[in-house]
Amino acid sequence: MTDTAALPARPVAPARWQDYVALLKPRVMSLVVFTGLTGLVCARTPMNPVLAGVAILCIAIGAGASASLNMWYDADIDANMRRTRHRPVPSGRVQGADALALGIVLSLFSVGMMALAINLLAAGLLAFTIVFYAVVYTMWLKRSTPQNIVIGGLAGALPPVIGWAAASGSVPLNAWLLCAIIFLWTPPHFWALSLYTSGDYAKVGVPMMPVVRGAASTRRQILAYSVIFVAAALAPVLTGLGGPIYLAVSALGGLGFIALAVRLFFSRAGDVDERADGLYDVKPAAKHARNLFAFSILYLTLLFASLLIERLAGVAVLRP
Amino acid sequence: MSTPFPEGEEAAKARRRRSLAIALVLGAFVILVFAVTLARMGSHVPVQPY
Repeated sequence: MTDTAALPARPVAPARWQDYVALLKPRVMSLVVFTGLTGLVCARTPMNPVLAGVAILCIAIGAGASASLNMWYDADIDANMRRTRHRPVPSGRVQGADALALGIVLSLFSVGMMALAINLLAAGLLAFTIVFYAVVYTMWLKRSTPQNIVIGGLAGALPPVIGWAAASGSVPLNAWLLCAIIFLWTPPHFWALSLYTSGDYAKVGVPMMPVVRGAASTRRQILAYSVIFVAAALAPVLTGLGGPIYLAVSALGGLGFIALAVRLFFSRAGDVDERADGLYDVKPAAKHARNLFAFSILYLTLLFASLLIERLAGVAVLRP
Repeated sequence: MSTPFPEGEEAAKARRRRSLAIALVLGAFVILVFAVTLARMGSHVPVQPY
């Protein structure tokens, strides 16, 4: 939080309870719940359904707490970016101190409940995730290095590991493989987005890759990360985590992912200031970046959904 | 007792709804602790023979 002078001193409108829900970034939370649930189910450890629900709830609340702390700290830059200026704190509907208090209370609640109801390993991983996102990423990396989302992506990659730890009390190789998949997915996903929102990031001084190294370098790195990510997405088939459905989804989707990354590489996306009103309303030159961004969300969702379906339907895994 | 910043009707309505939301969350928390207690005890307390 570098400068809050531009923010309203008093609320411009009375805060609604929905504004506090918005502080928790419910859409991000839903993806975190989904990947955390996949980790929990893939652990193949019988678990009391009430305790399983509590574990997922703690992961969700922990993610919401991180988001609230992020919105408190980043209110100054959020106020100057089109994508974020309507958030509760920069718009003045919620005071920054309230967002901070909500984040701290929910962090303590989620970690405490995880420790008391589930196990200390899951609680420790959850606490690490919250601190890593709120302190290491938000307060340090985001404003200091173009590798911000690469390293910071670890926070978004840990929920399946937490879910696995909650179910089994341990974190084997397959749990870290799920983590690696999300970790390697993050750079192409966010850099594709930043290729057509880099004007906003440059304006507020956030050193996103297209701002610091330029669009051509970003497109090249997106392609490199895409190849590594798709290879990692195929790995669960070799370790016995994924079965035939997963193999089909990861292979076909992976080909599509790399094809979109190649098209983006040869495009001029990000070369000119592509100003648009919304995430999906972009100028023609940035369409390839938009397409990869949208497909990346679909592909990751399908990967984890196929693992979930295979486990719940009892589909046999492939043995190499 | 009068307040230095008199509350408008819209603000009062929003405050009442926030208070209701907090009450619901606290109620859910009590139920959650009760359910977790039952689930945790269920796996450790032996069945008493009668």
